[in-house]
Amino acid sequence: MKFFRLVLAQLLRKKVRTTLTIGSFTVALFLYGLLVTIRGAFSGGADVAGVDRLTVINKTSLIMPLPFSYRDRILRVPGVSGVTYATWFGGVYQDEKNFFPQFGVDKDTWFDVYAEYVLPKDQREAFLRDRQACLAGKSLAKRFGFKVGDRLPLRGTIWPGAWEFNVAGIYEGNRPEVDTTGLLFRFDYLEERRQFGKGTVGWYVVRLANPDDAVKVTRTIDEGFANSPFETLTQTEKAFATAFAKQMGNIEFLVMTIGSVVFFTLLLVTGNTMAIAVRERTGELAVLKTVGFSGPGVLALILAEAVLIAGQGGLIGLGLAKLFTLGGDPTRGLLGTFYLSWGSLGLGFMLALGVGAVAGILPGVAAMRLRVADALRRV
Amino acid sequence: MVRVDGKGNGESLIQVRDLDKKYQRGSEEIDVLQGLNLDVDKGDFVAFMGPSGSGKTTLLNLLGGLDLPSAGSITVAGDEITHMSASKLTAWRARHVGFIFQMYNLIPVLTAFGNVELPLLLTRLSKADRRRHVEAVLGVVGLSDRLDHYPRQLSGGQEQRVAIARAIVADPTFLLCDEPTGDLDRKSAEEIMDLVERLVHEHGKTVLMVTHDPRAAERAHTVLHLDKGVLVEGAGGGA
Repeated sequence: MKFFRLVLAQLLRKKVRTTLTIGSFTVALFLYGLLVTIRGAFSGGADVAGVDRLTVINKTSLIMPLPFSYRDRILRVPGVSGVTYATWFGGVYQDEKNFFPQFGVDKDTWFDVYAEYVLPKDQREAFLRDRQACLAGKSLAKRFGFKVGDRLPLRGTIWPGAWEFNVAGIYEGNRPEVDTTGLLFRFDYLEERRQFGKGTVGWYVVRLANPDDAVKVTRTIDEGFANSPFETLTQTEKAFATAFAKQMGNIEFLVMTIGSVVFFTLLLVTGNTMAIAVRERTGELAVLKTVGFSGPGVLALILAEAVLIAGQGGLIGLGLAKLFTLGGDPTRGLLGTFYLSWGSLGLGFMLALGVGAVAGILPGVAAMRLRVADALRRV
Repeated sequence: MVRVDGKGNGESLIQVRDLDKKYQRGSEEIDVLQGLNLDVDKGDFVAFMGPSGSGKTTLLNLLGGLDLPSAGSITVAGDEITHMSASKLTAWRARHVGFIFQMYNLIPVLTAFGNVELPLLLTRLSKADRRRHVEAVLGVVGLSDRLDHYPRQLSGGQEQRVAIARAIVADPTFLLCDEPTGDLDRKSAEEIMDLVERLVHEHGKTVLMVTHDPRAAERAHTVLHLDKGVLVEGAGGGA
C-alpha cells in the first residue's frame, strides 16, 4: 500500500496520456460487455438450459411435428419424470416487425417442467380457467405494454385467421438470464381451432429424474420410435438450444473474433504507451534502483501502473456496459435475453487486468534489467 | 586517514584493492581504472578530482555498488561487495550508501517529502515513523517549510538539499556525491558544501565526493587526483 502513492504519482505524470489509455480500456471493455451480452442473447437458451431436460424433435426437421400419442410412450420410458410439449405458432401482432415467439403449451405440465418461469398463483389459476388465456413474458409485456386483462389479437400465419387471447398473467424468470420475451398460450385452444396438424405437437420436453441418465433415456426414446413415420431426435436442451442458435450463424465465433481483435489492439496500444512511459523516465528508474529498489521491485511498479490503468478503464467500460444493458434490449425484444451477467463482468475485468499485465511486462522487464550506471550516464 | 598505497591496516571503513575497470568499445578495450587502491576511514571526507574521462564517476559507481569492477575488490564495513549477487548488492546499497548527484535526480511527480521518503519505503518503518524521519532530515537541510513542494517549485539549491535529505534519511554508512555543486551558482554551491561539511563534522558521515570545483574540493579532508586510472594523493582540504 505504501507504494501505491508512488504508482499513482507516476500515472498522474502525463494526465492526458493516462486518460487516453484508460479511455482505450473503457471503450474496449464496453465493447466486450456488449459482445458478451449479444452472444448471450443468441445462445441464452443454451446457457440457462436445464441439465435435467431433454428435447425431443422430429428427426427430419424441427419444423416437422410429432404425434401427440408419443407423450404417453415417452412418459413410460424409465428415468423420465415428466413430459410437456409445445408448438410454434408464428402469429403476427399488428405488424410483422413486431416479432416475438409464441408457443402453444400444455397448460397442466409446462410450468412443472420449466421451473425457472415464475408466475403468481392467481395468474396461473386464471390461465387454467380460461381457454383463450395467454401468458406474456415480462420483457414482452414491457415491450408492448401488455397488462393482465388485455385482449391480445394475433394474425395467424401457419394457421391463418384472427386469433384472440386474453392476457391472464405475466411470467418472470427466476434468474435474469431467463428469456421472458415470449408468449405462451394454451395448446388445447390451438388444437381446437387449427385447421390442420391436429393430433400433433411441435416438440416434447422431457424432464429427467436423474440428469446422469440423459444418455440412456435419449437412446431409449429414439430407439423406441425408430423406423416409424415420425422418427425422433432427442438431445439435451443445451445441445438443442445451441443448434437452434447456430441457425442464425456462428455468433460465438463472430464475437470471439471481434473480441480478440479488440483486445489484441488494446494490448498493442497499452504496450506502446507503457514502453514510452518507461523510456522517458529511465533516469528516474535508475534513481529508484540506486536508493535500493530491486529489479523485480521496479518491474512490480511498472506492472502495477499498467494493471491500474487497465483496471480503471475496465471498471468504467464494464460499468457503462452494465448500465447500457440495464436499459433493456435495444432491439425492443428481438433478442431473447439482454443481460450482462456478473460472471461475464468478472471475466471481463480479469481480461482487462491480464491485458494490462501483459502490456506492462516488456517495458517492465526492460526497467528491471536497466543498468544503473549506464542509465545515470544518460541523465 | 586516507591511503592510496594499499597498505592500510585493514580496519578502514572502505578498502579498495587492485581495482581494475575496463570498458569495451567495439573491438577496443579501454582501461578506466588500473590497480587502484584506497583506504578511507569512518568520518573521512574525500574529494576526487581529475580531468573528464579520468574515471572519477566510474570509481564512485563501483564504490556504490552500481557497477562491477573488472578485477580487484571493494570492502565496505567488512562486506566485500564485488562478489555480491545483484539482489544482495541492492539491499546492501539501500542500507549503506547515500547518493547525491549533480542533477539532483529527484522524481518530479513526488513532493520533497515523497522524494525523501523513497528509501524508507523499503524499510519496515511505519507510516508515522517514516514521516518523523523525513521531517527530521528535511529540517537538517533547512527545508522544513517545503515538504509539500514539488521539485519544479524549488530552486536548484533547494532541490539539491532535498537530494541530500534523501541520501541521508536512511542513515547510510557513507555518502557518495557526484559533482554535487556542478549545476549550482556560487552561493548555492557554498550552501550545499556547508551542509555536506556539517554532515561530516556534526553527524559523523563519511563522504566521498567527485568534483571539478576546487572550492568544493578544498572543503574535503583529503583531495585525491585521478589521472589515467590511477589515484594520486593531492593537497589536503580545509578541514
